[in-house]
Amino acid sequence: MVESTIHATQAVVTLDVPIQGIVWGSIITVNMWAKSIGTGVVFLAAFLWFRHKKEDMPNLRWVMPVIAFLALNIFLLFTLIDLHQPYRMIHIFTHPHWTSSITVGAWLASIFLVLISIMMLIGIADKFPGIPYKGCKLTAFGRKISATYEKIFPFVVFLAIPVTTYTAIIMAQSSARELWQAPTEVMQMMWAALLAGSATLSFVSSSWTQEARKDLALILAISTFFSFTMYMSEYFFSFKSSEAEAVLAFVHAGGKYSIEFWFGMVLGFIIPFFIAVGNMKSDNQTLLKFAAILALVGLFLVKDVWLKIPQMLPLS
Amino acid sequence: MKLGFLVDLNLCMGCKGCEIACKVENEVPLSTWRLRVKYIDMGTFPDASRSFTPLRCNHCESAPCERICPVSALHYLENGIVNIDSERCIGCAGCMMACPYGAIYMDPETNTADKCTYCAHRIESGMMPACVVACPVEANIFGDLEDDNSHISHYIMEHRGAVQVRKPEKHTNPTHFYVGGGNQTLNPLAHQRIEGFSLFNNITHLDHVGDAHHGILDRFLAPFVGHEKLDNTSLIESATAADSHEEKGGH
Repeated sequence: MVESTIHATQAVVTLDVPIQGIVWGSIITVNMWAKSIGTGVVFLAAFLWFRHKKEDMPNLRWVMPVIAFLALNIFLLFTLIDLHQPYRMIHIFTHPHWTSSITVGAWLASIFLVLISIMMLIGIADKFPGIPYKGCKLTAFGRKISATYEKIFPFVVFLAIPVTTYTAIIMAQSSARELWQAPTEVMQMMWAALLAGSATLSFVSSSWTQEARKDLALILAISTFFSFTMYMSEYFFSFKSSEAEAVLAFVHAGGKYSIEFWFGMVLGFIIPFFIAVGNMKSDNQTLLKFAAILALVGLFLVKDVWLKIPQMLPLS
Repeated sequence: MKLGFLVDLNLCMGCKGCEIACKVENEVPLSTWRLRVKYIDMGTFPDASRSFTPLRCNHCESAPCERICPVSALHYLENGIVNIDSERCIGCAGCMMACPYGAIYMDPETNTADKCTYCAHRIESGMMPACVVACPVEANIFGDLEDDNSHISHYIMEHRGAVQVRKPEKHTNPTHFYVGGGNQTLNPLAHQRIEGFSLFNNITHLDHVGDAHHGILDRFLAPFVGHEKLDNTSLIESATAADSHEEKGGH
């Protein structure tokens, strides 16, 4: 349809109102990034306990729910502060609209946080009986229900899947933003969780066996590789729609989003991939932690770009 | 009953009467619009033309905004109107992300989402929407799509084959139609938005969502310590204090 291209028609807007800029900004990026850590550590714990004895990762039982608890609270805090009417968050529970993935996600994430809190209580109570003081009824209760930890863990792992992926469904329901409509978004969320989970756990893996740390490096290598591959697929196969192509022009054409995106790709995926692969042979804890920092920073940058660029496009 | 809108772009002369009538009727705050008329110039001198396109909520039968709203603040009325309950809205902006037509805005006075409701309050009283009443050339046609004898149904029948909706590929089934539109007028990617290339103002992105003076902390503290009531006068004062019209590149 060459007759209707801008080149042929020279069509230019000569009077209009200012249009919306970025509505979901870096607050939502932090939200997604923190959720990746919160659910990612659960996936990694499940994988490591499946592959190794518990004694191989002696601190994992208490440190995993603590990390997940902190990350999920950051995620929920940033969800709350992004609302223009934060006190009305309660409406999601009092007037839920079940076709909305925001509603479903909020309920799932809340249940997930409750279960993680129980696991954290048990984990800490078992490991540190004297905390916060001797005779504390809460930690005594935690020790009493110690066996519950192992019983609820399979449900927590199962629940972590929709908690990780529901953001992709929110993006799919954001039908104005063509770039987010790709079915690969769900897998991108899963890889991001595995990447963030393996990177975060590497900071607490000093007391683990070398074999367990190798598995951590393996997951980091696989997740960075597939994250990179999927983003590159999106980047090069942008002809799926004219809108997606126009959005990706913000990255293709250079500028600040292009710099942020490529920094994320190189820092977050490429460099950590090679470090992690190297670390599977030679167990260098410092290098693994360095790769983990890069991966977490890079993941944030890439998610930030992917969130913002579709909002730059005029919709009408 | 299923209410719908049709705009005959062949008749529209870009007077913006509908835009102003909407602003007044619904007390739409500055920096936000429920209805706007966009001017698009095509061709090069001397073979040039200008088109005018009124843009408002499409009241889709399969509305993505209604689907994504977590608290049913956006809901259907029995007459097909997609209405909004600002008392229930939590301000998550999900609807702004979902609407393919950019028809929803964050009201800077209430910090809740808002949009065209086809003047539901007027319709309830048996009146026409304000923009329909204000149009001097009757380019805005409003009525019951399910009534074969309504003006809008007749108009659609008469112009069969030439009736269009915006972005049909989104499968939203809008109840807002256009006659006399083309790809250049209805497709936002078929024309350029060049900064500063405008008759009366710069075409820019809004630099804030909702109330610019209502930061994250204010959102939490406002119910306890109060918040300066924002109205159009204070918006004008803050805009003129920031920088002058000339500095913004106006004429």
